[in-house]
Amino acid sequence: MTEFTPVSALLGGALIGLSAFILMLTIGRIAGCSGIVINIFRIKNQSKSHLFWRISFVVGLVVGPLIIGSFTQFSIPTTYDFPRFIMIVGALLVGIGAGLGNGCTSGHGICGMGRLSIRSVAATITFMTTAFITVFIVRHLLEL
Amino acid sequence: MKSIIGLFCGIIFGAGLTVSQMVNPLKVFNFLDVFGHWDPSLAFVMMGALTVFGIGYFLFLKPRTHAINGEDMPLIPKGAIDKQLLVGASLFGIGWGLTGICPGPGIANLGSLNPDILVFVAVMTVGLIIGNKLQR
Repeated sequence: MTEFTPVSALLGGALIGLSAFILMLTIGRIAGCSGIVINIFRIKNQSKSHLFWRISFVVGLVVGPLIIGSFTQFSIPTTYDFPRFIMIVGALLVGIGAGLGNGCTSGHGICGMGRLSIRSVAATITFMTTAFITVFIVRHLLEL
Repeated sequence: MKSIIGLFCGIIFGAGLTVSQMVNPLKVFNFLDVFGHWDPSLAFVMMGALTVFGIGYFLFLKPRTHAINGEDMPLIPKGAIDKQLLVGASLFGIGWGLTGICPGPGIANLGSLNPDILVFVAVMTVGLIIGNKLQR
């Protein structure tokens, strides 16, 4: 069980939205985490400055939680209690799915939905639905 | 300059994921588990993010044709809702439901140096490249 934490959830969400807003306002880019990672590996078609902002965004994504963790009670988890093979299968599905579907929770869920993109609304409804079904199957049918 | 903005936005984004606890797979599982001990917190993350970004977009971003640095604003994809989008999103949701970790939180969790999360991000990155190559 986890506690219901609406205030910190809203506040954290607001920070995520602010980050996406600043990135688009200043350099015209979408704060979509899967897209940023994919584009780091498309070295051929991008200028150095594009490659560098993407790498530094990823570095910030790693450093940000550590900074917040150093002076607040909020921190990243240190252990994951589910089997390694679930981690691998899940990671592969997350990657292939976001790569094929052109985005994840941040790109479709926030930047796309926030701009009322029909494709992103469809994608978000779809991945929320399959995620709900997956958790239902794992927790209530297989009772893992 | 672009790199400094990238770093700054990454830090704010990572801080937001941590404060909101999107980085915690247990929170994600309990949000997705409507028929168990449902914890609706993460709906508030989406609300907070969409409120700030959505209002910012319609007030300040939509009227602009160019970003402050002179680059074009990103277009909203005009394409239809095709099979590729729906299959991709479906697979993504299954993986997210299995692990409770999506790409942003996966990377944000790297600071723990936990071997499981290192494996997750490595495999996810390979998956992203494969998925992207599968696009037609």
